[in-house]
Amino acid sequence: MAVEGPAAARPETPQNREQRKGVIMENTNEMSLEFDSRSLNEGFVRVAVAAFATQLNPTLEEVADLKTAVSEAVTNAIIHAYEKQVEKIRIDCRVRGREMEVEIVDHGVGIPDVQKAMEPMYTTKPEMDRSGMGFAFMEAFMDELRVKSEPGVGTTVWMKKKFGCQSGQNDLSGDA
Amino acid sequence: MNSLFQIRDNCMTIRVPEELDHHNALPIQQEADEVMMNRDIQTIVFDFRDTSFMDSSGIGVLMGRYRAIQRKGGRIQAENVSDRIEKILQMSGISKLIPVNRKREWL
Ligand SMILES: Nc1ncnc2c1ncn2[C@@H]1O[C@H](COP(=O)(O)OP(=O)(O)OP(=O)(O)O)[C@@H](O)[C@H]1O
Ligand SMILES: [Mg+2]
Repeated sequence: MAVEGPAAARPETPQNREQRKGVIMENTNEMSLEFDSRSLNEGFVRVAVAAFATQLNPTLEEVADLKTAVSEAVTNAIIHAYEKQVEKIRIDCRVRGREMEVEIVDHGVGIPDVQKAMEPMYTTKPEMDRSGMGFAFMEAFMDELRVKSEPGVGTTVWMKKKFGCQSGQNDLSGDA
Repeated sequence: MNSLFQIRDNCMTIRVPEELDHHNALPIQQEADEVMMNRDIQTIVFDFRDTSFMDSSGIGVLMGRYRAIQRKGGRIQAENVSDRIEKILQMSGISKLIPVNRKREWL
């Protein structure tokens, strides 16, 4: 897990420009979706991402892991970032080699303390039957997780999963 | 009444849908709360036989009902869970609070 300071977009540096160029030569494939922050879309979006991942010949477990992680990030954008408003959520997926990166971006309320928010069982909405397990599941089911957020600006959740190796099964703290 | 709910004496059985996410959790939470307001429910059974997907919203549904039934001295259980659902329940720690019975594979 890595927590980064506020910054909405990733700045263009010579390094990532090189990476981006390299990407074209490497075996990459990208897909983006933008959708309304309606709970109705939760199912469709995780299925779309899972369908995009089929090019990696994932195991059933890998598909389930990806769907759960995407569902967590999208649900957070719907219920926390935009609360009762309907705004846009963007999801960018990139397959590179045997890895898939997924980035979920909202322009909602943001998170004042990302480190605290990512602690298992931490929730700001206990009255709504939230359990505070969302980030814990994203972390457990993906290989990498980074969260950037700024109050009043929005939140970007970036996750990466390696396919074809059963290493991503980080177990959560047993005392949860 | 929602067809997913079955009430017999003071036992409420909830047949959980195929995918238990935030969207599908909302009507279940509402209906369960309504039933519990109007009847003396002592046992809640969540029947997961149809369920292949669940995320933290499902944990919230179970935890919320667990707290409510605890206050009345009742009990709650999860039945017919798949390997995947069992794993999610275990990871969340909720299987330490609620009895969880696996799906029999030949069903
Ligand atoms: N996109 C977001 N925008 C604003 N706040 C967020 C966002 N994502 C998460 N948060 C904050 O981080 C907290 C923890 O998120 P997490 O997903 O771990 O738990 P939860 O959503 O509260 O509960 P659960 O996911 O178990 O239903 C949330 O309660 C919320 O305060
Ligand atoms: Mg969440």
